[in-house]
Amino acid sequence: MGKVKTLDDLRKLRDELKNQTSLRDKSEHSESLVQVKVAMATCCIASGSRETMNYLADELDKRNIEAVVTQTGCMGYCYAEPTVEITLPGKEPIVFGYVDEKKADEIIEKYIKGGELVEGIIPMNYQNIDIDKK
Amino acid sequence: MSDYKIHLLVCGGTGCKASESAQVVSNLKKEIESQGLSDFAQVVTTGCFGFCEKGPIVKIIPDNTFYTQVKPADAKEIVDEHIVKGRKVEHLLYVDPDKNEKVSDSKGMNFYKKQIRIALRNCGIIDPENIGEYIARDGYEALGKVLTSMSPEEAIDVVKKSGIRGRGGAGFPTGLKWELTRQTQSDVKYVVCNADEGDPGAFMDRSILEGDPHSVLEAMAINGYCTGAGHGLIYIRAEYPLAIERLKIAIKQAREYGLLGNDILGTGFNFDVELRYGAGAFVCGEETALIHSMEGSRGEPTLKPPFPSVEGYLKKPTNVNNVETYANIPVIFNRGAAWFASIGTEKSKGTKVFALAGKVNNVGLIEVPMGITLREVIFEIGGGIKGGKKFKAVQTGGPSGGCLTEKHLDTPIDYDNLIAVGSMMGSGGMVVMDEDDCMVDVAKYFLDFTVEESCGKCSPCRIGNKRLHELLDKLTKGKGEKQDIDRLINLSNVIKDTSLCGLGQSSPNPVLATISNFRDEYEAHVFDKKCPAGVCKDLMTYSIVDENCVGCTACARACPVGAITGERKEVHFIDAALCIKCGACMEKCKFNAVIVK
Repeated sequence: MGKVKTLDDLRKLRDELKNQTSLRDKSEHSESLVQVKVAMATCCIASGSRETMNYLADELDKRNIEAVVTQTGCMGYCYAEPTVEITLPGKEPIVFGYVDEKKADEIIEKYIKGGELVEGIIPMNYQNIDIDKK
Repeated sequence: MSDYKIHLLVCGGTGCKASESAQVVSNLKKEIESQGLSDFAQVVTTGCFGFCEKGPIVKIIPDNTFYTQVKPADAKEIVDEHIVKGRKVEHLLYVDPDKNEKVSDSKGMNFYKKQIRIALRNCGIIDPENIGEYIARDGYEALGKVLTSMSPEEAIDVVKKSGIRGRGGAGFPTGLKWELTRQTQSDVKYVVCNADEGDPGAFMDRSILEGDPHSVLEAMAINGYCTGAGHGLIYIRAEYPLAIERLKIAIKQAREYGLLGNDILGTGFNFDVELRYGAGAFVCGEETALIHSMEGSRGEPTLKPPFPSVEGYLKKPTNVNNVETYANIPVIFNRGAAWFASIGTEKSKGTKVFALAGKVNNVGLIEVPMGITLREVIFEIGGGIKGGKKFKAVQTGGPSGGCLTEKHLDTPIDYDNLIAVGSMMGSGGMVVMDEDDCMVDVAKYFLDFTVEESCGKCSPCRIGNKRLHELLDKLTKGKGEKQDIDRLINLSNVIKDTSLCGLGQSSPNPVLATISNFRDEYEAHVFDKKCPAGVCKDLMTYSIVDENCVGCTACARACPVGAITGERKEVHFIDAALCIKCGACMEKCKFNAVIVK
């Protein structure tokens, strides 16, 4: 590593390094950001959910959308893997099925950016007892 | 580097390391590698999370899962379940003691809810051995800003306007100290960081140095620019090996990046930092003693003036600040003096780090805004008293402070309020005591410490504290006379008035504070020869209640000195002359037949 010679250099370096820790800042105020949960049970991974998760995380970052991408266990819609649940700030979560990279791109562009629903929504057929919010 | 989707933050503070957190880290890394997830998940060793009660801590980002008391053997399950399949490992989650519910998101923990982290902003978040992670979180930005756009006077003005006062205990205004050092004319000046943390139970300075060493280095450089000093020295006790190691790494990295050394950021400003080791003497936290120790002389205080800002290390003007004070400085420049001054009370700005210890549920390191009440600290953040017992008192300021009781629970904590109620901020030790603690014994404990740590230079402290200790010892042995309480008070006041340095001037505080708040307990020791809390062994007698004893012999078998006699199925008897009052018999008895009076 060469020396940091000016304040501008330091700021450039900071911006390059920002990604290393930005995830840790985002998680502190995740409720105000777009929350993306990718189902990651054995069946989901077999259907390519890890690729979907990587794609979503990278693309959201590239397109400057502040979002937290986390993984979760089996959502139960194993017929429609990979499944992804998206919660826009202040809105009810929505689950999308069969999310490959193409679908993920569509979801980002239409739903996350514009709030416009796209094909592939899985209707919630059960109610959650929400342990976290009690 | 940006490709990691999951960060596993593992506490690498001294407390968690002692509970094998290093092994947890290497097991997690091994498991992640064997699952082929090395590009997906990153394991980071961080500084202290503060929640030492339940260490080692593993926090999973971004879903904020907070795993407590993680053992090396749990690594496989965490990786298999959480990282691979996204399922939380239920049995490692923190359980809220009030609601008896598992809390998975650390934001939902009472322990963190009321905290504002300024000095500890990076502890538990960044890898302290990686300067890149510090820079990524605006590290050295404040130094850059000060060097390129402010005159030293302007920068000192920012510190003054922020209202920050010394976090080492006395609460001297930091900006004023810097100004005084600046005003002294000299070819050479020094900037010193006081890392001689000595209060029993206080460990915030160690945690900051272990978790975020660069914040201290950056602040020292800013201080150097403001005061006109080119040399920085960190006086740290040799018994903090991990902090020393991390400081050495940080200094080396900062030099490599050109953030220490000559011509920093092309501004022509030169500043470098070296370490000086202390042997762990409490008195060396006093700045004149600290300077003498750094010079190679005995660590003894000298009379002020001259103040170090005029004549300090090697007779040159020297600015001494505490670790926690420094850790606040970069944030003050980055967020502005007005922002900092908006936190806290009228005369005490910002936050204070406390080491919460003793009989509370959540022992650990907390950072709270000035003006918070003891009730919030003990019952909300601390989670209340252990075992549902009754709160009795809290000792603040360590051996120099005093105790606060029930009636002080709603007093806002700041420098001036604590002094007004007979205690002091000190470096931030907070020892919580419950109904089972004897206040005479507590005072004696702190006197034990000051007697040991007195440097011996002046007689009020050297002889006076010894006499105080003897008087307290007499009381706990049941040999107290009726004048003894007044003798304690008189002698304490003499020591306070006539000692040379802060150690002696404050050492009788625990005695005076416990007498003024718990005089009845002292009187019980003197007049009734009883210890109400049941701590002072010489004032207790164990005996067996005849009606309850069934002659099971459990007590006799448990007694280590053979003081209990009695035939099987017959009433037993304790020989008070042989009894060492260990309480083993009482623990073993299932019939409540052993009592203590």
